[in-house]
Amino acid sequence: MALQRGKYPFLLALTVPGAVIYGYFMFSPYLQAMWISLTDWGGYTATMNFVGLDNFRRMIADPQLLTALRNNLILLLVVPVLTLALGLFLASMINVGGRGRAGAVTGVRGSSVYKVVYFFPQVVSVVIVAVVWKYVFAPANAGGVLNNALEAIGLGRLAQLWLAEPKYLIWVVVIVMTWSFAGFYVVMFSAAMQSIPRDIYEAALLDGSSRFTTFRKITVPLVWDTVQVGWVYLAIQAMDGFALVSVMLGTGGGVEGAGDVLGVKVYREAFTPPNNFGYAAAIGVVLLLLTLAVSLIFMRILRRERVELA
Amino acid sequence: MTATELLDQRPDSSTAPPYRPGHARRADRIVSFINGGFLLVWGLITTLPLVWAMLSAFKTNAQFRVDPMGLPDGLAWDNFARAWDEANIGQYFVNSVIVVTMSLAMTMVFSAMLAYALARYTFIGSKVLYYVFLAGLMFPVFLALVPLFFVVRDTGNWPVIGEFMGLNSHVSLALVYTAFSMPFTVFFLTAFFRTLPDTVAEAGIMDGCSHFSLFWRVMLPMAKPGLVSLALFNFLGHWNQYILPVVIMTEDDKRVLAQGLAFLTTSTGFRADWTALFAGLVIALLPVLIVYIAFQKKVQSGLTAGLLK
Repeated sequence: MALQRGKYPFLLALTVPGAVIYGYFMFSPYLQAMWISLTDWGGYTATMNFVGLDNFRRMIADPQLLTALRNNLILLLVVPVLTLALGLFLASMINVGGRGRAGAVTGVRGSSVYKVVYFFPQVVSVVIVAVVWKYVFAPANAGGVLNNALEAIGLGRLAQLWLAEPKYLIWVVVIVMTWSFAGFYVVMFSAAMQSIPRDIYEAALLDGSSRFTTFRKITVPLVWDTVQVGWVYLAIQAMDGFALVSVMLGTGGGVEGAGDVLGVKVYREAFTPPNNFGYAAAIGVVLLLLTLAVSLIFMRILRRERVELA
Repeated sequence: MTATELLDQRPDSSTAPPYRPGHARRADRIVSFINGGFLLVWGLITTLPLVWAMLSAFKTNAQFRVDPMGLPDGLAWDNFARAWDEANIGQYFVNSVIVVTMSLAMTMVFSAMLAYALARYTFIGSKVLYYVFLAGLMFPVFLALVPLFFVVRDTGNWPVIGEFMGLNSHVSLALVYTAFSMPFTVFFLTAFFRTLPDTVAEAGIMDGCSHFSLFWRVMLPMAKPGLVSLALFNFLGHWNQYILPVVIMTEDDKRVLAQGLAFLTTSTGFRADWTALFAGLVIALLPVLIVYIAFQKKVQSGLTAGLLK
């Protein structure tokens, strides 16, 4: 820019407040965490001895950590697949599911209402989502929406104590996560599908291709870029799960800790006695490495040749 | 024709005839009908749990116990009074309002300033600064938890302002929210400021604008759409935040709403007062619902556009 006089005082005034806040409250804790993960720091004592990779070795012998890790991997693989499939399916119904006059491809009636409704869970606090779903899966005499609904449609024998059975817990988390994320992707894919020219669909229709073929051969390839971004983003979200698990199942990770995830494990190690800060930080480092690896791998795998619209 | 009859007559899709005008009309109508069915079912799955929770907020505990699925007999407004006073939701609500007001203002002001500097100027260290912020997007929050607790605790010992800081301080929490929102906000706004046309800036300089008035009077107003989207995005994020306050706000009176609600579901004193819990949930949901309904298009585009950048 041509204006040189007074540039540096002005730039200092712009950047210093933000940089100081970010540096002190976010960036420095991350750097400190890397160091703490290499120490045996525990409790509110001042002793902090360098122990190298001991904390990382300790994880291999910690069954609860392996449970949490396994659960995170389930979330990582299952939630994105379910959410994206549901998002693509519903978005294509909303946007190209309608047939106007003379077979023209249009959106269905009320499509904007659907988008508003589907998106809503995205803006609700995860804590509220967790509390509500805790009651959905509760026993019939304590709210128990699901069990009461099953009873009402004559499937009462399927009713279960959903949150009391260790083997169900992580799947309950999968369902709730998918429920709360799907609407977001419906809206995102809708935006992508809106930009696909209508005449492509009409040409396919004239060639006699079925809806499913159209979906598979036209819609999906043309929104693949968006799917790819969504996949990476969902994978990162699935590495979290702290609020959902700690509120719905408790900070112990539910019955027998079977619904535990790494985030909750970090919290427990750090903030309940005996406060293993070093170990907690080491689990945090593992989470960081997993997140980085997952983003890189997913971006690699999903890179397909781009379809360019002339 | 009833709905079930219509469904029974649906054609087998594998033998669907090729497109022929006239004939396809009827088949298409049926497929569209099934289509609509799916959309409606997902709509119900999305809304019913939340609607159920809201209806439960108007029941008495006695009714909730015997008839959890029914419509409320009357409007038990008393639930809201109990939630607000006895369950302390009123205090939590005020805490949330104070913290979010401060954090939202700081996030937007400081991020806009930084983003403008990074987008429109090249200066010593500008590249480094940009990547330092970008790095913040990749880090999982759990990695920072342990040091964050101590970093915030130590602010309580700072000279002069120390007594307003430290753990259990609204100011500290607002600063932490600000810090954790900055990577995304700065990243997004930098991209936004870069798209603004140079010609306008040059015209401003010709007219004798200083650096500051160019930023304040010319560029900032032009960035308004981006600023509004991000303010909505951050409002929702800060209002719903859970993990950060759990670490920093340890005293009951200082808790924010999300935290307070989570505490209520586990606290033994309130375990039997379900309907007050649901009333509290409605109180927490209301501001979000109002913002969402008022700015529905803007919220959707703001949240999804952020992902695509």
